Amino acid sequence: MSTTATELNSVINSELDSDADQFLTFVLGAEEYGVDILRVQEIKGWDSVTPIPNTPEYIKGVINLRGTIVPIVDLRQRFSMPEVEYGPITVVIVLKIECADRDRIMGIVVDGVSDVYDVPPDEMKEAPDFGNVVDTEFVQGLATVDEKMIIILDIDHLLSGNEIAATDSLAV
Amino acid sequence: MQQFHQTFFEESFEGLDIMENELLNLDVGNADSEVINTIFRSAHSIKGGSGTFGFTAVAEFTHVAETLLDEMRDGIRQVTQESVDVLLKSVDVMRAMLTALSEGGEMDADNIASVQMELEQLLGTEGTAAASANTESDNNSNENADGWLISFRPHVEMLRTGNDPVRMMYALAELGEIETKADISELPSFADLDPEDSFIGWEITLKGDIKIEDVKEVFDWVEDECDLDIQPLSAPSETTISDTPPVVAESSAAAAVTPSPAAPAKASTAKKNTESASIRVGIDKVDEIINLVGELVITQAMLGQVGGEICNDDGHSSTQMEKLLEGLAQLERNTREIQESVMRIRMLPISFVFSRVPRLVHDLSGKLNKKVNLVTLGEGTELDKTVMEKIGDPMVHLVRNALDHGIETPEQRVASGKEETGTLTLNAYHKGGNIVIELSDDGAGINKERVLNKARKNGLVGENENLSDDAINDLIFHPGLSTAETLSDVSGRGVGMDVVRKNIKSLGGSVRVDSVEGEGATFTIQLPLTLAILDGQLVKVANETFVVPLVSIIESIQVKSANLSGIAGKAELYKLRDEYIPIIRAHSVFGMNDSTESLEDRLMVVVEGDGKKAGIIVDDLLAQQQVVIKSLETNYQRVDGLSGATILGDGTVALILDISGVIDMFKTLNTPPVNPDGEGSNIAEQAA
Repeated sequence: MSTTATELNSVINSELDSDADQFLTFVLGAEEYGVDILRVQEIKGWDSVTPIPNTPEYIKGVINLRGTIVPIVDLRQRFSMPEVEYGPITVVIVLKIECADRDRIMGIVVDGVSDVYDVPPDEMKEAPDFGNVVDTEFVQGLATVDEKMIIILDIDHLLSGNEIAATDSLAV
Repeated sequence: MQQFHQTFFEESFEGLDIMENELLNLDVGNADSEVINTIFRSAHSIKGGSGTFGFTAVAEFTHVAETLLDEMRDGIRQVTQESVDVLLKSVDVMRAMLTALSEGGEMDADNIASVQMELEQLLGTEGTAAASANTESDNNSNENADGWLISFRPHVEMLRTGNDPVRMMYALAELGEIETKADISELPSFADLDPEDSFIGWEITLKGDIKIEDVKEVFDWVEDECDLDIQPLSAPSETTISDTPPVVAESSAAAAVTPSPAAPAKASTAKKNTESASIRVGIDKVDEIINLVGELVITQAMLGQVGGEICNDDGHSSTQMEKLLEGLAQLERNTREIQESVMRIRMLPISFVFSRVPRLVHDLSGKLNKKVNLVTLGEGTELDKTVMEKIGDPMVHLVRNALDHGIETPEQRVASGKEETGTLTLNAYHKGGNIVIELSDDGAGINKERVLNKARKNGLVGENENLSDDAINDLIFHPGLSTAETLSDVSGRGVGMDVVRKNIKSLGGSVRVDSVEGEGATFTIQLPLTLAILDGQLVKVANETFVVPLVSIIESIQVKSANLSGIAGKAELYKLRDEYIPIIRAHSVFGMNDSTESLEDRLMVVVEGDGKKAGIIVDDLLAQQQVVIKSLETNYQRVDGLSGATILGDGTVALILDISGVIDMFKTLNTPPVNPDGEGSNIAEQAA
């Protein structure tokens, strides 16, 4: 839980060569979420962003990531979870997503990063249908590691893929 | 292999462009042999290349066209309008074939076959008529005299280019028996002799059964650096040669114009020259450099800022501090120069766009039975490659429009006292940070009455509304308005002019039309030179920094309450000299909190977008600076009112305002809630 970003980056590098699918996990409140580690570009501490006017609340704004303009999504707000104040362990996970036929870079704000787990494909369970209570659009599956449930995210839809696809087709 | 394919395609497309242009330049009936040669060479290298890469279909087709060109080149076939048209068609076919190959599409076999048939028919019919000439020419081009009398006089500077006459003598000696006589009449006295100059000329007698091509090949490299005269040795063969076009050169100048044997040699030297003058680089590499330079500019700005702060904080400026500041100033100059040079790499002359037009005019004027003379000016004006790629289609449309609607038929022109042939003028020039492209015709101009009637019929303009001439002309850019009396496949579907305007707007440019009825119309396109950098005014709104493009700013003023007025108590207007402009509160458009409600003494940036003026209220005016435009779409999506983002000196991101977008947002934001009874539209008109 309190692993720092640098330590984690080294963990990622050292564990990359094993066979099973690896997931970087992070926490939002009491829940633990995982993303495909190959999609993780880097982990950085939270820094100020430039807000973009007239965008959904969960788009915190954009940052300058070594010359590239990268949008930052607050995952709590994206999932309509109660907001918390950003603290010293609030981190931004920079991810590569595939959206509207193109690779994009996006950052997600999470409470903190947790660990890296191997999850063999057959241990991944499909998420049950929660009806309208929870939006399962972003959930790729559920995995159990050390008696804990980890929610594996389908990150390609986080940036509201529909909106992007729509604007892209307009732009043509 | 793949990368060679890419180069082959690029070169072939360039070759096709050359062929097309030169074909259009050909004066039917009085063709310049050099022009035919240029066309032939392009065809020849496409054939060669496609053969090498195994594109046999292309090679076979090109071969037929090449044969036709070859006959024209040898003077045994007249250049007729018919053959030029067929060759133009074959250029299209080759282009289509190559496009299909490079992009993996299907070839249109029927079309290929039919054009090939036309080519073969041409070859077949006139070929027999010219049969006797044909054999004669065969004789000539391969004429083998008993030997050659070569007069070779190098220019003074020939040795400096690394050409050694001795080597040429050896090469000639390999061809046959050689006898040389040196002419040292121009040799200066020893004291004046510069060992790097050449003063000696030679009379060379070369005996044997040797082709003139082989002799010329020896002198390929020095053609431009010497006086060369090659004469056949024996008198009888000379008579044969003299009845044909100049196969044998009279002098070096003539050698350059000589159609057949000298031409390939000339081509190879010309190619060498261009190769050393330019290199082919992938655009991605250039873009990478541009991005890196952008970073460099940002880092430099950051260093400058920090450097300035350090020196201010300490109060005492030591010599080291001075050196630091000096170095930083130097760095700033250098980075700016690098940035400018890098930007220039992407700049290409507008002739790339203009070169598409002659063919279009040729085809369309034929189709529409109109006579049009095309004049292009300022082809060397440079602009960014990206802008150029996107301006091509709108230009094509405007040309079509000018030919279809603008220029009248010869009969109509004569009836209205004009010359039979209409003139279409393309002109490009730089103006400030922009490039201006003007497209003018001396045709009928815009029929205002018809445009207005059509607009009234379509409900675009109210029955009692009176519009200024400019406003009426501007209507032609409105979607769904075409005044062509009959629809044609050239233009007139009423889509197009609005697309033209939309495309130009999306490039950050503008288009307008000036027209005098009966005298013609001029379309003026204004475009930014580059899409990568813009001059911006940094402004503060709430706590955020925004960049307002300097081109859209008219002035910045402090609001005086005396000039404020309202409509319906809500919509705010400002009296700027003799006009009223709407006031846009940036805070409300961008959904930010404004600390003060009153407008008194606030700063207002008066901007113009899309020909509409507005005043944007900001909290502070900061520096003016050049910013590198970064797209928000790369990783996110387009956002209304913003044209992109940039990175400031301190590494933070600032958003760049899209002024027309902001004005549009303001209208949609204000109109429904503020003026439910439609008074909002009054504001829009005031702005217009």
